[in-house]
Amino acid sequence: MSLTIGIPKETYAGEKRVATVPDVVEKLIKLGFSVVVESGAGAAANFSDLSYQSAGATIVPSAAELWGGADIFFKVRAPNLDEVALLKEGSTLVSFIWPAQNPELMQALAAKKVTVLAMDSVPRMSRAQKMDALSSMANIAGYRAVVEAAQHFGRFFTGQITAAGKVPPAKVFVIGAGVAGLAALGAAVGLGAIVRANDTRPEVADQVKSMGAEFVPVDYVEEGSGVGGYAKVMSEGFQKAQLATFAKQAKEVDIIITTALIPGRPAPKLITAEMVQSMAPGSVIVDLAAEQGGNCELTVPGEVVVRHGVTIIGYTDLPSRLSKQASTLYATNLLRLTEELCKTKDGVLNVNMDDEVIRGATVIKEGNITWPPPPPKLSAAPAQAKPAAAAPAPAKKSGGHGAASEPMSGTSLALVFGVGALLFWLIGAYAPAAFLGHFTVFVLACFVGYMVVWNVTPALHTPLMSVTNAISSIIAIGALVQIAPPLAELGATQRPDDWIRWLAVAGIVLTAINMFGGFAVTRRMLAMFRK
Amino acid sequence: MSESLATIAYVGATILFILSLGGLSNPETSRRGNLYGMVGMTIAVLATVFGPRVTMAGIPWIIGAMVVGGAIGVFAARTVKMTQMPELVALMHSLVGLAACLVGFASYIDTSIVFSGAEKAIHEVEIYVGILIGAVTFSGSLIAFGKLSGRIGGKPLLLPARHWLNLAALVVVIAFGWQFLQAETMQAGLLPLFVMTAIALLFGIHMVMAIGGADMPVVVSMLNSYSGWAAAATGFMLSNDLLIVTGALVGSSGAILSYIMCRAMNRNFISVIAGGFGSGGGTPAKKAEGEPAGEVVPVSAAETAELLKDAKSVVIVPGYGMAVAQAQHTVFEITKTLRERGVNVRFGIHPVAGRMPGHMNVLLAEAKVPYDIVMEMDEINDDFPDTDVTMVIGANDIVNPSAAEDPTSPIAGMPVLEVWKAKTSIVMKRSMASGYAGVDNPLFYKENNRMLFGDAKKMLDEVLTALKA
Repeated sequence: MSLTIGIPKETYAGEKRVATVPDVVEKLIKLGFSVVVESGAGAAANFSDLSYQSAGATIVPSAAELWGGADIFFKVRAPNLDEVALLKEGSTLVSFIWPAQNPELMQALAAKKVTVLAMDSVPRMSRAQKMDALSSMANIAGYRAVVEAAQHFGRFFTGQITAAGKVPPAKVFVIGAGVAGLAALGAAVGLGAIVRANDTRPEVADQVKSMGAEFVPVDYVEEGSGVGGYAKVMSEGFQKAQLATFAKQAKEVDIIITTALIPGRPAPKLITAEMVQSMAPGSVIVDLAAEQGGNCELTVPGEVVVRHGVTIIGYTDLPSRLSKQASTLYATNLLRLTEELCKTKDGVLNVNMDDEVIRGATVIKEGNITWPPPPPKLSAAPAQAKPAAAAPAPAKKSGGHGAASEPMSGTSLALVFGVGALLFWLIGAYAPAAFLGHFTVFVLACFVGYMVVWNVTPALHTPLMSVTNAISSIIAIGALVQIAPPLAELGATQRPDDWIRWLAVAGIVLTAINMFGGFAVTRRMLAMFRK
Repeated sequence: MSESLATIAYVGATILFILSLGGLSNPETSRRGNLYGMVGMTIAVLATVFGPRVTMAGIPWIIGAMVVGGAIGVFAARTVKMTQMPELVALMHSLVGLAACLVGFASYIDTSIVFSGAEKAIHEVEIYVGILIGAVTFSGSLIAFGKLSGRIGGKPLLLPARHWLNLAALVVVIAFGWQFLQAETMQAGLLPLFVMTAIALLFGIHMVMAIGGADMPVVVSMLNSYSGWAAAATGFMLSNDLLIVTGALVGSSGAILSYIMCRAMNRNFISVIAGGFGSGGGTPAKKAEGEPAGEVVPVSAAETAELLKDAKSVVIVPGYGMAVAQAQHTVFEITKTLRERGVNVRFGIHPVAGRMPGHMNVLLAEAKVPYDIVMEMDEINDDFPDTDVTMVIGANDIVNPSAAEDPTSPIAGMPVLEVWKAKTSIVMKRSMASGYAGVDNPLFYKENNRMLFGDAKKMLDEVLTALKA
């Protein structure tokens, strides 16, 4: 039996997005689901009922009918309590939820015995990037922030020299170089502005530069990377130095875009009233953290206000202002999540709590609140994930192969030791004393060789092989001692001297080729390795 | 030079060899490591020549042989092209193997040293084993040389019942070994010794012939290990501790290196040594339902340059094709040009790219590519989704998605560079032919893949010209 996915119309005031788009409907149907869409759900994002219908969805006229008639619900905004009341018991809801901020909603949903996957709780891991709706929405918000700023800013972004005079380029300062910040950087650079950015996480400096912007460091040493690639709360000393840096920038720049957020906390106040006052009249501040209280003291969430001649934009619905784009990206995020939930492609959901990504996203499982999830095992902090090419990485001398080796299982270990013991006993019992001395040396040397080579970096495999090859021409010693040994009187007559000599000479020639050639080749190779 | 002095010199040489191997595990200390090796070798040879075991009569012979051999060796090392390095190393292994055989025979016919009882038996076993390993190394390395230089085809030669053949050879070798130990006179012992040598030579040939081209790096490293064991066996035979220690060092380090490489390819060590691809028998020819279908999108050099220009981040994955075409310098020119434009260019190196472990690193180093933008597979694999363009230059099996996606593929489970996760991948190849492993590559048919057909050097030169224009 295949399940039905229901797409309600968003009821939040001003929300123009929709949780799925016609292109994605087709793919959901291919996964084995049927899709029901509330009439007019996509209207604000310019998707008509007809386009959903031609993609294979069924249109139902009213919200009540939709909420009662499907098994899985895709939403953008967290449902309000009225919608929860309509929700069918035992169904599944996928939406933004913000469980930390909405405890009542969580209780109400749990009472309905539903399973809830929160798009805001998808863990930030490489594997989960395709479902990371926060990133795709942040990307849009960053772009839109620049567009909004341009709208309210009275000048060009790009510098020009025209017959009518010289136009200086706009200076844009972006605080917080996360997904939204980087998107804003890209958009502002694209418009021709001079762009600077700051972030508490030093490793993003390279990313900022890669977008063509300038990184403004805070003159204070403290590592600001938290778990999962987010920022953390900084020390007081750092915050002071940071504010001083921002105050200096505020005097110089025309546009400030703030994107500083710390998960689960009110946004840090980074732009004070004095800083706003110090900005030139006509300047613009776009506060992307408005929903969490704002990075600027004077921000009014959801509105555009003018304070001290500076326009402060506190829109909380920037993604919604690009509704068609936002809906398309969000729908794709949901589709990827659905694919993970329905690997069998038969239209049945399998909420596998052993899967780290699904575990993280699931905040309520069949009426039991499972939020917060256990801490993520892997940190996606870019510093660890990619020792960026531009930055020299002297610390990169990892344990290589040695680090990854796992201990053997008990039985096979016992077997190895058993066989070894037997072998050693045999040798000890029968071999003559002279042999034992050599044997000791031999065994120890084997272990030394093993230890020495175990950590070699793969780049040096070839030179290593070539040097060991050269060293193995030590066998020349064997030929050398045979060529003309001091002979004991009695054996001298019987020794076929000529034969041995020629064999030994041939041996020496061969090993000498190897000896000189091997070292010379290794030298040649190593001379080429440079930083 | 007295006996003790010679022994002490040997200890010194041993320490230098250990330092040499240790130094070679890191680029910064590697040059010094090589120097240690040379000094150690010089000390060892001088201590032997002037030691108690060699009389003045032998010195002219030794000098003559050393000069001739050394001249050949240095000449070969100077003139060899970097791309031919694997062949040269394989060829050199064969020399060590042959030398071990010669020394073994010389030691056997040397009647000046007389043993009796258990000592005699052990001495003879040592000779027997020493020659056995030496012969296997010799013939095996020659075949490896042939395969690497293209004189012999890369496809594995799989005789029917090859494991039984090997087993039979082993039984025969042991039987003759018994006969050899029983021999009263030297002349009587020589026959079984010759027969065994012949079998060992055939065994070496068969062993390497049965191993597929893709596993060649492992084979070269394994033969390196064998040459070490041969030296150790010779050391036992001649009661020479320096030989034993050095042989064991080389032997065990070679074995570990092969093991590391096998693990990098997710291949079972034993089944690689036993020969044959996938060890199930005859798999490489099978293509059945796994035949990838779809359209191949070819591009021109100019379009490639456009793609590269527009990219923010580029990963270059070189393979044997780059080595063959000698394209590494052009690759670096392109890298330089792109980096000047602010493109983040990095190299992704598969542990077994090329025909020798670390082959690509050596070539890139030759072209003066700084080694801190050359990444290992594990370092770069997670970054492909954020990469705009990956450029695969003459590599095939190491970027084959079927290793990850198709459990029936002969290379299933082998870790590969996931180039198809990048926004666009460009594969430079001469034709649609399959790689060394004989497996078709679904990458070529992926939607985001482009093919740039032609000789790597020529095409890259065109790309470079287009980039600079």
